[in-house]
Amino acid sequence: MCADQNPQPGTSRRRAIEIFLGGGILASLASFLYPVMRYFVPPAVVDLGGDEVVAAKLGDLKPNSGKIFRFGSHPGLLILESDGSYRALSATCTHLGCTVQYRPDMREIWCACHNGIYDLNGRNVSGPPPRPLTVFDVHERGDEIVVSRKREA
Amino acid sequence: MLASLVRWLDERLDLEGLIAPFKHKTVPTHRFSYWYFFGGVTLFLFIIQVLTGILLLLYYRPGANEAYESVQYIMTRVQFGWLIRSIHAWAANLMIFTAFVHMFSVLFLKAYRKPRELTWVSGMLLLFLVMGFGFSGYLLPWNTLAFFATKVGTEMAGQVPIVGKAMMIFLRGGPEVTGATLTRFFGFHVAVLPGLVTVLIAMHLFFVQRQGMSVPPKIEEEWIENPSARREMKFFPNFMLRELMAWYVAMGVLGALAAFFPWNLSTKADPFVSAPAGIKPEWYFLFMFQTLKLIPSKVWFVDGEVLGILGCSLAGLLWLLLPFFDNDKAGRGKAWITGLSIFALVYVVGMSVYGYLAK
Repeated sequence: MCADQNPQPGTSRRRAIEIFLGGGILASLASFLYPVMRYFVPPAVVDLGGDEVVAAKLGDLKPNSGKIFRFGSHPGLLILESDGSYRALSATCTHLGCTVQYRPDMREIWCACHNGIYDLNGRNVSGPPPRPLTVFDVHERGDEIVVSRKREA
Repeated sequence: MLASLVRWLDERLDLEGLIAPFKHKTVPTHRFSYWYFFGGVTLFLFIIQVLTGILLLLYYRPGANEAYESVQYIMTRVQFGWLIRSIHAWAANLMIFTAFVHMFSVLFLKAYRKPRELTWVSGMLLLFLVMGFGFSGYLLPWNTLAFFATKVGTEMAGQVPIVGKAMMIFLRGGPEVTGATLTRFFGFHVAVLPGLVTVLIAMHLFFVQRQGMSVPPKIEEEWIENPSARREMKFFPNFMLRELMAWYVAMGVLGALAAFFPWNLSTKADPFVSAPAGIKPEWYFLFMFQTLKLIPSKVWFVDGEVLGILGCSLAGLLWLLLPFFDNDKAGRGKAWITGLSIFALVYVVGMSVYGYLAK
């Protein structure tokens, strides 16, 4: 009777076994690969930087110069202008992530990797950088120069 | 779709020609055929070791100040890191176990006889290298047990007359076990040994391919007496699928052991604490460890330790050259070698159990 419905009963049985076997092998491969895929993802690094950091002491910087400081796990750039005012920005170039520097001769921020130039407000004025640098707040507390993230609005 | 891809490659690379020899290859089928699987399972575990070893390298940092912390990081912070490390540790132990089983099965089935002497020699060298893998890898987490195991192990190398001292300093990277030793062992474990073992495995497999599987003399006699009893199966796909099933079982055992009995890390090595009580080497060194413990400190006028180490080395060397002593014309294998094999098995198992139970 079975043969009436299916002219080749052996074929369908073989097919069923192939599906079970293949499915089983695929399932076990998935169970081996899943932990490996998760293992590849590095655990998140805790950013202990907080929102505020002491970037320098008063008198550390000469007028018309800049220095790199640590802001959490990223570099920041602190600039003392000739008129005595401080500016702080993210030092990570928005192009391909090099660390930028202050150029006293140009009075601009320059990235050595691909000749990107930003003005002192962080605006990308020439070269490849696609976006401006993030600007931080700077204030003096005693003899410390404190840099903090700009509060939203 | 897969079929058309295979056809595409076959047209260009002649895959058929590549696998043709495997299609003609056969494996003798008899009541001892199961022992043939252990070599393949050892190979499978080696592949697992390479893969999990590479995964561990993504996070492991060698160095006395970082090694322990990085392993701790793998075990506690990295997702499934504990599993990967446990698999690496368990597969190492299982691999040494299956390599020993393989060695003894070859011995008892007389598969080392002419023309397979070189297969035996390459296999014994692989066994020594695998034990070297165990010894060097054991130090890498830089925990207390590992520190003392390495201290004792390298001190033993130092007992060898004349060249011992130089050998010990070479192994340790200085007169003491320090971070320099860890750097060296790391290099041996991830570069030198894998390179040597890969070459030797290739040779070992090449010999096996050229010569085919050995038939034990007892079975051979039965077959000569009664030719209709001769049985063999095709290597591809019959034997290969059976072998893959054995690999799958090995994978299951390995996964279960790693998941239910994760390897622990214990405390960080400190050169300025005393060795903990009851400290013992890994089980595969226990039979040698126990032998050395039983030899008195002075035998006649020779140092007991020196005698033990030279004795063990000599035994290892003779074992390596064993096929060359068994030049039985009838091809049955000499009876005294069978006796010696039984003695060796009883000795290794007995001393290991004794060493495990002894205080």
